[in-house]
Order: sequence, then C-alpha cells, then structure tokens
Amino acid sequence: MCVPCAFRERSLPVPARLVTETAQTLTTDPPPLTAQLLARLRDVCGREHVLTDRMQLRTYESDGLLQYRATPGAVVLPGSAAEVRDVVRACADAGVPWVARGAGSGLSGGALPVREGVLIAVTRMRRVLDVDLPNGRVVVEPGVTNTEVSLAVAPTHFYPPDPSSQIVCSIGGNVAENSGGAHCFKYGFTTNYVTGLEIVLADGEVVTLGGKLVDPPGYDLLGAFVGSEGTLGICTAITLRVVPVPEAIKTMVAFFDTTTQAGEAVSEIVSGGVVPGAIEMMDTLTIQAAEQAAHAGFPTDAGAALIVELDGSSHECEARFDDVVAVCERNGATSIRIARDDAERAAIWRTRKAAFAAMGRIASHYYVQDGVIPRTKLPEVLVKISALADEYGMRVGNVFHAGDGNLHPLVCYDDEDDAERAEELSGRILDVCVEAGGSITGEHGVGVDKKRHMTRMFSEPDLAAFQHLRCAFDPRGLANPGKVMPTPRLCGEVPGPYRRHPLERDGIAERF
Amino acid sequence: MGTETLRSETPQSADDAAQLLRDCAGEGIGVRIVGGATKPWGRHGADYGVRLNTRGLDAIVEHNRGDFTAVVEAGVSLRELDEVLADAGQRLALDPPLGAGDRATVGGVVAAGDSGPLRHHYGAARDLVLGVTVALSDGSLARAGGRVIKNVAGYDLGKLFSGSFGTLGLITQLAVRLHPRQPAHETAVGATDDPARLQAAAIALCGSSLAADALDVRWRAGEGAVLARFAGVAAGEQAAAARPLLGEAGVEARTVDDDDGLWEAQRGAQRSDGGVVLRVSGRPTQLADACVAAEAAGATLAGRAALGLWWISVPATTHGELVEVVARLRELLAPSACVVLDAPGPVRAYVDPWAVPDDAALKLMRRVKARFDPTATCNPGIFVGGI
Repeated sequence: MCVPCAFRERSLPVPARLVTETAQTLTTDPPPLTAQLLARLRDVCGREHVLTDRMQLRTYESDGLLQYRATPGAVVLPGSAAEVRDVVRACADAGVPWVARGAGSGLSGGALPVREGVLIAVTRMRRVLDVDLPNGRVVVEPGVTNTEVSLAVAPTHFYPPDPSSQIVCSIGGNVAENSGGAHCFKYGFTTNYVTGLEIVLADGEVVTLGGKLVDPPGYDLLGAFVGSEGTLGICTAITLRVVPVPEAIKTMVAFFDTTTQAGEAVSEIVSGGVVPGAIEMMDTLTIQAAEQAAHAGFPTDAGAALIVELDGSSHECEARFDDVVAVCERNGATSIRIARDDAERAAIWRTRKAAFAAMGRIASHYYVQDGVIPRTKLPEVLVKISALADEYGMRVGNVFHAGDGNLHPLVCYDDEDDAERAEELSGRILDVCVEAGGSITGEHGVGVDKKRHMTRMFSEPDLAAFQHLRCAFDPRGLANPGKVMPTPRLCGEVPGPYRRHPLERDGIAERF
Repeated sequence: MGTETLRSETPQSADDAAQLLRDCAGEGIGVRIVGGATKPWGRHGADYGVRLNTRGLDAIVEHNRGDFTAVVEAGVSLRELDEVLADAGQRLALDPPLGAGDRATVGGVVAAGDSGPLRHHYGAARDLVLGVTVALSDGSLARAGGRVIKNVAGYDLGKLFSGSFGTLGLITQLAVRLHPRQPAHETAVGATDDPARLQAAAIALCGSSLAADALDVRWRAGEGAVLARFAGVAAGEQAAAARPLLGEAGVEARTVDDDDGLWEAQRGAQRSDGGVVLRVSGRPTQLADACVAAEAAGATLAGRAALGLWWISVPATTHGELVEVVARLRELLAPSACVVLDAPGPVRAYVDPWAVPDDAALKLMRRVKARFDPTATCNPGIFVGGI
C-alpha cells in the first residue's frame, strides 16, 4: 500500500546532539550484570543469543532517535514466548531493569536501553502463528514486520495501520507505540486493531488479554497496554483484526500557492462528509527536498502540495473524487494531477514518504517533531511556526497528516553548534501545538525524547493516575524505566483504606 | 437492587463529584454511580451508602464542528447530544438502545461499553473516546488523552475506563470523535431459514470489499437474515452490489431503502423487559451454532456479523427456567464469553452475570482496581470477579 521510507528516514545518521541518557536519575554508575544472571540468560536463550561484547552492544545503544544512547549490559534475543518469560523472570529475580526492542526504528527513544540493564530484542520472533480470514484475524509474534502482516493476509485482506517505516518496523513495536501512519485518519491506529495479546509482566507472569473475540469480560487492559511504550510488560503474541482490501483506490495531488489554501481545502473536503483514506500536505521546503530525491515532477515553486487518496467502493470513490477535485479548484489549486495507474500512485507516495530523508539535501541536520493540533487551527499554527522559525533564523519544513492534524515540522540546521537551539525551537513548536488544544505526540510516542514536555499537557493528578496503571502492572518499575513519565516515580504499596482522621472530620486539620 | 440506598447525591460539578467520592472513601461508604439508570447490569447485592447521580454534569462543553470533536459531561443524554450534533450534520457514531425514556447518558454508555449496529464501521465507545476526565476515590480529578483525534501522549485511560462499569472511578467528562451524518441509506437483506446459509452469507459480506456502515445478523423463530446497511452517495449502488453476493450464498436477497425500522428492531433486540439478554462474544464462523442454540432455547439472536458479537434474548418465563436457560446457553456456546445484561433481579441473584476471565487476567484486573480505587468506593462488587 505505501512506499516504505522510514528506512530512508533513518538513513541519515547525523545525530542532532548526543545525549547519554541514564534513563533513571542515577547518581552512581549502575553495577554490571552479574555472572549469575548472564549464565541464566544463556541457559534460557542459548549462548549465541546473549550478546555482551561491547562492540556488539553498541549496535543497540540507540533506536531510530540517534540523539540518545545508552549501552545495555546484555542484549538477549529470545526465540519464543517461553524464552521471553524466562528472561523476564531472570531479570525480576536479579532486580535488573529491562527494555523491549523490536526493529529499533522508533523515533522517540522508546527502545533506548537502560545502562547496564538487559535489552530484550524480539527480532528472532518472526512467525505468523495463525491466519483466520473468515474471522478476520491474524496471530503473529512480535518481531513480524508491519508489512509482513499485510502480506500474510493478501490479496483479499490487509492490515491498515501503516507507519512509514513499515517494511522494517515490528508489530511488537507498533503495539508498544500505538503506531499510526498515513491512512489512520480513516482506518484508525494500532489500538483499533489489536484484539488479543499474550504479555509477560515484569514479575514474569504470563497474562492473556482478549483473543480473537471482541469484548472479553473485565477491564480493557488491551486498550491500556497498547501504546504504553513497553512500560507495562512485553508482548509475545499479538492477535490483529485485518480487513478486506477496498474495491477501488484513487489518488491525486493538488498544488497550491499557500498552505493556508491547502488547509482550507482540507477543511472543506472533510466537513463535506468525505473521509479520505489519506490526506497529506507538504510545504514548499519539503516539496523542494522531496522532489530532488524522488523526481516525480512536483513543481518546486508550489507553496503546498495536498495528496488526497480515496478508497472504498468504486461508486463511492468516483462520486467523491469529483467533489474533492472541485473543492481543490475552488480553493485555488494551481494544478491537479490524478494518478492514472499504480505507477503514478506510487510516484506520488514515494515523493511524500521521501520527505524526511530528503531534508538531508536541504540541511545537514534536522530535528523532527510530532505535534498534533485540531485541524481547524492549521492556518494560525503555521503562521506561528513560521514566526518562530524567523525568530530563531532557522528553516522549518512541514509535512502533515492533514486529516488528523498531525504535524511533522522538520527543524533544519547546518552547524552542529545550533543543535541546542534547534531542539529549543522544536520544543516551542510543541508549545504552540498544546496551546492550540493539541498534543505533544501523535504517533512517535513520548519515550525519552518528549517526557520533559509531558507536564505541558498533563497536571500532577493526571500523572498520578498514569502511575496507578504503571504500578498495577509493574510495581518494581523494571519494565522500560525512565520513559513516558517526566520524572522517576516509585510505586508504594497499595495504600490501605483511607479513613478520615477525627481532626479532619472536625475541620481542625486538612490532609494534603 | 442490593441493599437500600441511604442517600442520593447529584453533584453539580466534577470537583463536587470528586469531593463526594473522597468523603465517602473516608467514611468507608460504597458509592453506586448512576447515569440515566437505564442499565441495571452487573452484579448486585453489595452495600452502598450513596447513590451518585451524574445528571448534574450535563453540559455540552465544546462542539468543535470543523474538527469533528466534542467535549461533553458524563450526564448528557445521548439523545440530547445527538439532537445538537444533528444541526451540524454530525453525530457521535454510538447507537446503543437508549433505554427507558431515552435516558441513556454518554457517560453511562461509555462506562458500560454498550454499542449498537454502527459499531461495525465506527468502532466501539472506546474507539470514539479521545480523552477522559475521571474523579477518583482519593478526591483527585485526572485527565488522560486529549481533544484531538490523534494522540499517543500518556497512558490511554480512556480505554481503561470504557467498559469498566464505574469501578475505577467516575467518568466526569469525555472528549469524543464525531462523524458526518450520512444523507442516504439503503439496506441489503438476505433471508433464509438455514443457519448454515445465514453464516455463509454473513461471512461473504464480511469478506467483501463493500463498505457497509452496519452489518448485522438476526435469528428469530426459525427465520434468519443478514442486513447490510450502506450509506452515502453510493448507498443504492452498494446495496445492489451486495445482492448477488447474498444470492451466491444461497439466501433470498432484496434491498430496502426505507430501512430505519429494520435497524430500530436490531437495536431493540439488545434489550428485554422481563426476560434475559445474554451478550455473546463469538466468532463469525460460530454464527450458525449460535442460531441453533438460541432456537433450542426458545430465544432470539441479533448482533454484529463481522464482530461476532450477538445479543441472545430469552423471553420472560419463570425465574427458575431463565436460570436454567442461561446455564444451557453458556454450555452450548462455550468458550465464548456470555455476559448477562438484562435479567430479573431473582435471576441475577442466581447466576454470575459475568463470564470469568482467566486467573492471571483477573488477578491483574484486581491490581488495577486496587491502585485506582484502593478503598473500593466506586461501584463495589458489580464487576467481574466481584470487583
């Protein structure tokens, strides 16, 4: 369905700034893993699947966000759910923190190791366990890639969430991050497709949540687990809903003089009742960069490109497509190109998905953000981003999942000394998003990268409620510590029943 | 309805509600949370001292037309919200039966995880909730999620609280995603008296590339039907395209454009006055077995074809017989989870309305409850395993 690109996004290994993240606020160096634990891990996974050589470990010191790195004490590569369970139990017995890692293509440092902790990479767990098309389900191990899921159910069905890293990113990672993609405005996110999980909690207990059936009795722990960024446990088997491929797909790209015009076209399309399969916008800077890389003939003097893809029944597609073309013309489109075949459609998507990597042609470094705004705020937010860019004297390219208001501003800079200011600018862009009623992250996750921004969105009681969930799953804080929450927190014992103190009752004292 | 309620409270703000929960927690008083009081489901019998009515939390806080989102307080009735949104050509695509006097509230429907035919295309309540504000028994008001349709910052407590039956805390406010109201509808209906053909026809439509707004099945007194509702500009063409698929599966196909009554009946079949309704989580490939089981029990079936979610309704009879029928249906449909929704009080006292999750999952659920509501103040005892 989509031309993969995060592979290329990642092929620009120029870290904006290296930060050695301790993950926890450690005042002293953590102790190395004991020989006893390493021996146990080797017993479980086999000697060749436990890496301890420093050079090998360094391969795993970052995920897709290269600004952060930390060297784990060991990387283990379990081959089965039972091995994962036994690895986690060994860590629990030793009191050693661990981090789960899929393909390592995440962009928020979610799979950043804990220094001297254990990194559990699920890359060997790549079996498709069950394909059940009459019931619209597929069951896979966590190391299966996103694209492989769709391949396993092709040609009649597909798996809709399609992050641009889809040929490399793992389903286990998608579950951890609640990954989206270009088509999620219509189709939803990973969380809308996971119906069952087998998970291992940090104490080594195996829990089955849901399965092929919907509405299992009890709390929606599936919903809580998906998107929890590896902090609630590790999944070893995943049951996904897959859907029939649409009868027809029509793709077009319209060019405008300004992003405001393109933004107005988006609003009119969506408010007219059309739910496009995808609706993506690029600004001048990203068009120029992407065109240099993809050579699809996009006019480099255009102020904005709007890619609209409709899918569904051929009747619906045809009828709606004419509406969309009319809306674009009405909003000042200077030219409109309609894909006549799969090759032309692929060319349009190739250009869009080349945007991140192609920024390397414009600037030697960039910092990518993942803010979200209410779609109607797009014009005013763009003006503010532009003003901020001027204030900092930096160029900011913008690519958007326009339907759902997910912005990926790319803050460009050439001089490594500007890294800190670029990061500051991108932080201020997130402020603008939050002020507009949006979010600090739409699909990349909080990880380590955005945890310091969490307090811009959430107050202390909100964070305390998050911690309740974390503590229910992992009271010792061994699973991916130091992620998501802005400051490290410990879990107390479950408090006993609160009883009002007589002084409180009499209004003499207050509890804080 | 369990023990006698001592005191009824109708907080007028989320802060008041949180304070009330905290006070009750301090006094060791159990709180029964009530919205429109249309769904007396779950386990009964626990000791409550206070009945917290959400009808004071009745503001539609925001309707962001251009963004297709709304922020509403929990006590707003779904009917009232729908009327407001209809003016803008929008809707919250959540269409469970609204209960007596159409009193079902947004908060109540989300907390109970109830749904209707639109779930086929638009997802469950959990899928439409963008953000949630909850009052916890420690007196705090916590917010999770946001007001935008895409957001992965923080834990998704909106999903955790959806379907939690108020046992973790009180949902005071919800941000929800809206969808355009569709101008036209047409339904393709495939009728048969053969459960196997009904299943084949339903699976044929589930696997087809036709995009239905709703895709239901029903079985009643030896007659079954699959219903596919299409909406939008090409509704008629799509319904017509469904007919040959139904024909190939060996069922008698027709299309209906004045179809509101058909769908009202599907929703209505999810409730019972005096009888028992079981909600069954099954697989589409077990539909024929479920129809046969329902028929043998003198019951009817209605539900979502592609989701494998069916409501089996057993008509009113003696309480003893109802208890037996529930046990028999559960046995026939095992291992599908069968949750008792509507049931006369005496029946509810004899059967566990919940299907029981496996031990490890239940243990984890108890841990979640203990963290969010350590005093067991909120709706104690009504949920799975007596949570």
